[in-house]
Amino acid sequence: MSANLTEQKMSTKLKDLVKKPQILMGGHRMCAGCGAPIAVRQILLGAPENVKLVVANPTGCLEVSTTIYPYTSWNTSFVHCAFENAAATLSGVETAYNSLKEQGKIKEDYRFIAFGGDGGTYDIGLQSLSGALERGHRLIYVCYNNEAYMNTGIQRSGATPMGSWTTTSPHGSNSTGKKENRKDLTAIAAAHNIPYVAQASISHWKDLVRKAQKAFAADGPVFINVLSPCHRGWRFPMENTVEIARMAVQSCVWPLFEVENGKWKLTTKVPKRISVEEYLKPQGRFAHLFKEKNKETLALLQENVDAEWEKLLQLCGEKE
Amino acid sequence: MATSNKVINNQTNQGILNGDNIVINSKALAIVGTDAVSEAMRQINPDVVAAYPITPQTAIVETFSQMVADGLVKTHLVAVESEHSAMSATIGASAAGSRVMTCTSSQGLAYMWELLHIASGLRLPIVMPNVNRALSAPINIHCDHGDSMGARDASWIQLFSENAQEAYDNTLQAVRIAENPDVLLPVMVLLDGFIISHSIDRVEIIDDEAASNFVGEFHSPYSLLDPKNPVTVGAFDSLYGYFFEFKRQQEEAMSNAVNVIKDVGQEYGKISGRSYGLFESVGMEDAEFAFVAMGSAAGTIRELVEEMRSRGIPVGMIKLRVFRPFPAKELAEALSGLKAVAVFDRSNTFAGNMGGPVFIELRSSLYDLQQRPLMINYIYGLGGRDLPIELINKAAGELGEAARSGRVKQIVNYLGLRE
Repeated sequence: MSANLTEQKMSTKLKDLVKKPQILMGGHRMCAGCGAPIAVRQILLGAPENVKLVVANPTGCLEVSTTIYPYTSWNTSFVHCAFENAAATLSGVETAYNSLKEQGKIKEDYRFIAFGGDGGTYDIGLQSLSGALERGHRLIYVCYNNEAYMNTGIQRSGATPMGSWTTTSPHGSNSTGKKENRKDLTAIAAAHNIPYVAQASISHWKDLVRKAQKAFAADGPVFINVLSPCHRGWRFPMENTVEIARMAVQSCVWPLFEVENGKWKLTTKVPKRISVEEYLKPQGRFAHLFKEKNKETLALLQENVDAEWEKLLQLCGEKE
Repeated sequence: MATSNKVINNQTNQGILNGDNIVINSKALAIVGTDAVSEAMRQINPDVVAAYPITPQTAIVETFSQMVADGLVKTHLVAVESEHSAMSATIGASAAGSRVMTCTSSQGLAYMWELLHIASGLRLPIVMPNVNRALSAPINIHCDHGDSMGARDASWIQLFSENAQEAYDNTLQAVRIAENPDVLLPVMVLLDGFIISHSIDRVEIIDDEAASNFVGEFHSPYSLLDPKNPVTVGAFDSLYGYFFEFKRQQEEAMSNAVNVIKDVGQEYGKISGRSYGLFESVGMEDAEFAFVAMGSAAGTIRELVEEMRSRGIPVGMIKLRVFRPFPAKELAEALSGLKAVAVFDRSNTFAGNMGGPVFIELRSSLYDLQQRPLMINYIYGLGGRDLPIELINKAAGELGEAARSGRVKQIVNYLGLRE
């Protein structure tokens, strides 16, 4: 497959990154305090400067807020087709590029990157994503994961954590919020044995930019799952977006790791671990869990996180 | 080309068209309809094909995959995991400025449905042969037109074929029609499942060079891969945007397609000896009553019409080739003054006994005539039910009776139905 991606030497120093041209321009209509454009900008900072980009979006917050006709916030080529097919659409663009390049009709080097929300990625777009990963297209698929369908107004998705309130997993006298655990999409992507898979968070920008640099260097499909909190759906003050994302990492609810050519590696250690409760407390979507009758769910969440964390440490060779 | 194909005559047909002095180079092959389509695809030599197998289209994907494997085409093939992704990848590849094709049938076309509208809405000149097959349920792999009729309002041009030859000819012409700057709409080439797709037929394949020159090079007006002009494709357009205007432009493009289809059909005649229009008229110059049909049934009806005419019966047939755009004006002219018209539909609208889609649209087209013919609808052949000549003869009897008596006993009829 690809060369050792860690050998790619690009700067992750802020003084260098600020000089890079903007690709997602200001003036878009994403909410103030939204995590998604932070994720997009950090990842695009990892793009090599000598390549052109085609960005794809499935339907979602990012797409509807950045391409309001006749305006566009994308200072590069951009394509949106439907909700469940960004990966398939982009695989067509990449194939066209390969065909036209082979015929000598295109001289420039292009890279292809999709940014989809968790609804368009974990759920309705999973088949399309899996197909594209299996076929080996050289494209990067980024899930900006805000753990629910936010564009349609906070409905549960396969990425929504257990216990979370959403408008389709409300809590009530017979409900403690979402009953089921989220699916482990990062591991599902890794099971495709593609060159590079990573889990990242907007709170750890250096880690994310470095992962993006590796993604652009990979000679095959890449999947990056970036936690991008949504203050509207998670119910916290808009200025706390990055802090909440950081707490997800510190509580091991959202560990940062990568799977490079099959090798799992923890990229951010957690020396001062906080409890799951501490992470959930500032988020209104979990407020009901702090009532006496729902304490069991709270305990179960901590248990699940502990088990997942142990499993990950073993996969990453951090623990026998 | 599959190894089982047999060349009927080893000699190349070299004809000279009257007046035009143009040499036609072609070879006649005995091949099935799917291979006729694959041959056209080989000659079109698209930059990208993304496709997924489904009966009875499968043989097209198989044969074309072999062509790619054998280096007969420059095409990059994307063997996708579903028809939904087939059309999605096709849309992406077309938006990236490449010439792109896919093909499908039935459930596959239905699975593509939302994307059909996106392909036409983005004005992408995609060409897609669809081997007509009934839609489930009950599941049935045989021919009817219910699948493509489900996409009749998707703003795709639809060209129907009577036989394998026409499927081949239509596929080559579809490229030119779709890519015409006044059109820029996707085109569906329709051929009847099994009846055409799996029957061996005599097909004249024109010379590779002539075919290649005919389809020409594709120059995309907007490409994702134009480094100097990055574009946003598929932007969001809402309440205060231009959605309505875009849709009006699509209608305009579909209207423009009428003349483009005629011009391309004439030009194709010069390299093949087979010219095409919006529909074909048989015996219509003096007909008092007529059949209207699409697809392979037209071949059987033609047989009966010719036999009846030899007995002096004033009957004619219109074989509708272009269902989208619907040639309402031209059909009204052709049917004006007739006493009665029988419309054959290989699908139903389930509108409450309103009749099939061809009937409903044709009937509407004739409304403004001073003298409207009486109209009868025959729904036939659903799920591949055979249409033997005896059944058409029965319809002919009822049609003749309507023309004589001036009244229609029953407007919507089901031919070959057990009832």
